[in-house]
Parts: sequence; structure tokens; C-alpha cells
Amino acid sequence: MVTKRVKFTFPPGLITEPVIYRLGQKFRVVTNIRRADVRADMGWVVLEIDGEAGEIERGLKWVREVGVRVDPVSGDVVEG
Amino acid sequence: MAYVTALRCRSCSREYAVEPLNVCEFCFGPLEVVYDYDAIARVLSRERIVQGPLSMWRYAALLPVDGEEAVDINAGFTPLVRCRNLGRLLGLEHLYVKNDAVNPSYSFKDRVVSVAATKAREFGFDTLACASTGNLACSVAAHAARASMKAYVFIPADLERGKVVGAAVYNPTLVAVDGSYDDVNRLCSELADAYPWAFVNINIRPYYAEGSKTLAYEVAEQLGWRAPDHAVVPVASGSMFTKIWKGFHEFASLGLIGKVATRMHLTQAEGCSPIVEAHRANSLHVRPVRPHTIAKSLAIGNPADGLFALRTIRDSHGTATAVPEEEVAQGIKLLAETEGIFTEGAGGVVVSGLRHLAEEGAIKPQELTVAYITGNGLKTQEVVEHLVHPLAIRPTLASFEEALRGAVAR
Repeated sequence: MVTKRVKFTFPPGLITEPVIYRLGQKFRVVTNIRRADVRADMGWVVLEIDGEAGEIERGLKWVREVGVRVDPVSGDVVEG
Repeated sequence: MAYVTALRCRSCSREYAVEPLNVCEFCFGPLEVVYDYDAIARVLSRERIVQGPLSMWRYAALLPVDGEEAVDINAGFTPLVRCRNLGRLLGLEHLYVKNDAVNPSYSFKDRVVSVAATKAREFGFDTLACASTGNLACSVAAHAARASMKAYVFIPADLERGKVVGAAVYNPTLVAVDGSYDDVNRLCSELADAYPWAFVNINIRPYYAEGSKTLAYEVAEQLGWRAPDHAVVPVASGSMFTKIWKGFHEFASLGLIGKVATRMHLTQAEGCSPIVEAHRANSLHVRPVRPHTIAKSLAIGNPADGLFALRTIRDSHGTATAVPEEEVAQGIKLLAETEGIFTEGAGGVVVSGLRHLAEEGAIKPQELTVAYITGNGLKTQEVVEHLVHPLAIRPTLASFEEALRGAVAR
């Protein structure tokens, strides 16, 4: 079991979709929201995800495929 | 002697011990170093600073390190150049350039990495690491060599040869990752959790970032102990921008300079301008973007300190400017041909941004302005290659004079 910390950024069209609930339903992972800012036209959620490493990766791949951007919580670490 | 008392979350203010830690365990907000400023005020004075080494380490009391032995390749105390030619062209009578392109590994990254390497050694790490597309890679590899530490430097596999050599020459373990920018980002975040290394801009980031404050201290000292009216700064993650502002205020609160009324002007290239976009939308939410800019040293699509950069603009009554991509090379050329300073893409963004600010009247002619030039043009010659046209002649006087007449006619 591992824990992964990620930030989801939602495009306007997905603000009202229960993406995090579905992530927990479709994959064997536990999600724990730690910070969030969700408004009518944008939203981001910082969360912790527990599960097997492979299952987390499959889950995050699905999240990206539905159109949510997934980033490390620390922002980009590749610098110029 | 260190004057650091704790790390504190910039979002929820929870405090942590001084450890290699970069995010708050509770809310995942970024951590920042907390100092005992009363103790610093008792020992720091203009006189003491002036007696210090001619490097960024003359300000050691305001840096988060304990010992006397810094990992130092002589970063900092770079020239503050009065730019009369460029100033005349832009209608600015008191224009200066802080030329940080002449640091030992040719960028301002030497300031942050010098602090990070020193702190990493204090924590007992034997390995420095980073993920970079250029300047940071060179600086980490150079400082690791100086400190006799191991270095792991991760670069995208398609990085230009010149930059690969610029880092490889210091003999780090150089790892070329075959994947997208996002893939490299993801991998390095995982590596930082998996390996007991000092990733300078991940687990050492709170200390690393403090090195940028010396860009403010030096300018204030070089201006005769005052802050400028305007600072024009290139921005990627937003860290340096916020730390320059912090540096001026620390100097003022310690009585080393007077009241700070500096307006902080943030500049990005249009192809990667998430902070400017947020500022235009009057929002404190930075929406991540995929970078597509020739100013590669500013190509951070998900800036860690975006929120704090936006607050700095607001608090300083500053501005945010996105420079069209075609103006990046023009800015590089303009600085080179007016002042004899060859900068990289980030400097081109600053000079073109400065031109816009002057034209729009955001900077008045008499106001004291400092433009920060943070990297050297020799590393990114491909950006201006199309603007360079030498005269080609045969080895005869006649051929030379013919070519010269042609050039004059053009």
C-alpha cells in the first residue's frame, strides 16, 4: 500500500461531475480531500490517495482521460 | 550561527521543526523558513555586511544555514549596471540591470543551489538531485562537485546538446528521461519520495528558495542602501519574484534601508504565462498550462508559488506582463546591442516587458528601475541565431569593401 498526494484541476465542464466519488468506486483506492477551491467556472482539489501503486496509477490515468488535470502537489519540479 | 527557528506553512501557518520538508502534512501548503529577526537585528549592520565576502554569503545572517562553511562557488555580488543607452531608448533616466548572467554557472540558480547544497550537507545528505531543462542542472552539478557530493541530474532526453554538456562536464550522474515534460515531472516527484537524496527544489525547497533574497539585498546595497522604485523580474515558478520582495522588506524591517515602495513587475512569455492569465482574470487561482515558449528557463506550466506571486503583485501595486513570443529574441538583441550584455530567453522577456511598461507609462522616466537579468545567452544561442548575419567575404580588400558597401546600403 502506498499514499500519493496529487492536485486535480477541473475544467469548467467537469465542475459538477462526481469524479472523485467515481475514482473511489471504479478503483480500489481511498481518497481523502485535504484542500479545495471549487467555484462555478473552475476548481482544484488537493487530495491523498491510498491503495496499491498500480491501482492508483490506473485510477489517475482514468482521471486524466475524463479531462481532469493531475499534478504533483508541489507544482512543477522540472526547472529551467 | 543560524537564526532559523522553524518552518511554517504559508497556507495554514502550522509550524514544523527545521527538517528536509517542503509541504505541510496537514494541508499540503508550501513551507517557509521562520527567522528570529530580533536576534538578527542585534548582530547585523551595514558595516558588518560591507566587511563580509564579495559574494552572496555577506548576507549569511539572513540565510537559513548553521555553519560557517558554505558550499560556495562564489555566487552573487554580480554587477548592477547603469544602462544609459537602453534607458535613453526606452525613455527611462534611471535604469539599471542586475546582471546575474555572470554567476559561476551563468545563472541566478547558483544563489539558490548554494544555500540548498549547504543546508543539504548540514542535514547529512551525501547526494544532491534535481530535474531541469538547463540552468538548475548546471548549478546543481557544479555545487555537488565543489562539495564532493554525489549528484543525480534528470533531464528530458531531447534537451539541446549544449545544455547537456554544460551540466555533464561537472560529472554528475546525468539521466536523460525519454518522456514528455509531464512524465519527467511525475517521475521526479516519485523519486523524491523513494530516494534519500536532497532534491534541491523539492525536499530542500524552503531553504533553496531563500537564496533568491540575496538578489534584493545586493541591489539595495549597490544602490547606496535603498530599494528601487520598480523591479522588473522574469517569472517561472514565482519563487524568485516573491523572495526579491521579501528581501527588500527584511532589509527595511532591520533598519538597513528606508521604507520600501518598490512596485514589482512580473514578466512571462506568452507561450507560458499562467500567472499573468490569472492576474488578468483578477483571480488568485492559477490554472496550469502546457508550456510552449522559446524562453525555456521560464517554462513552468504549474507554478508552485503562483498564488504568492499574485499576492506580491497586489501588495506592491505591481503589474503582470506577457511578452509575445517573437519579442523574446528582440529583447535579447536589444540588451546586447545597447549595453553589451548577452542574456538568454528569460532576459529577453524582461527587456521586452520593460519596454511595454515604459511605453504604457507604468514606469515614469525619473523613477529608479532595476531589471533582473538571470541567465546567460551563451547557453541558448539558438534563440537569436536567425538575427545574426555576419558579412561573408573572400580574403581580399576589395571583397571586404564591397561587402561593407552592401551592409551600409542595407
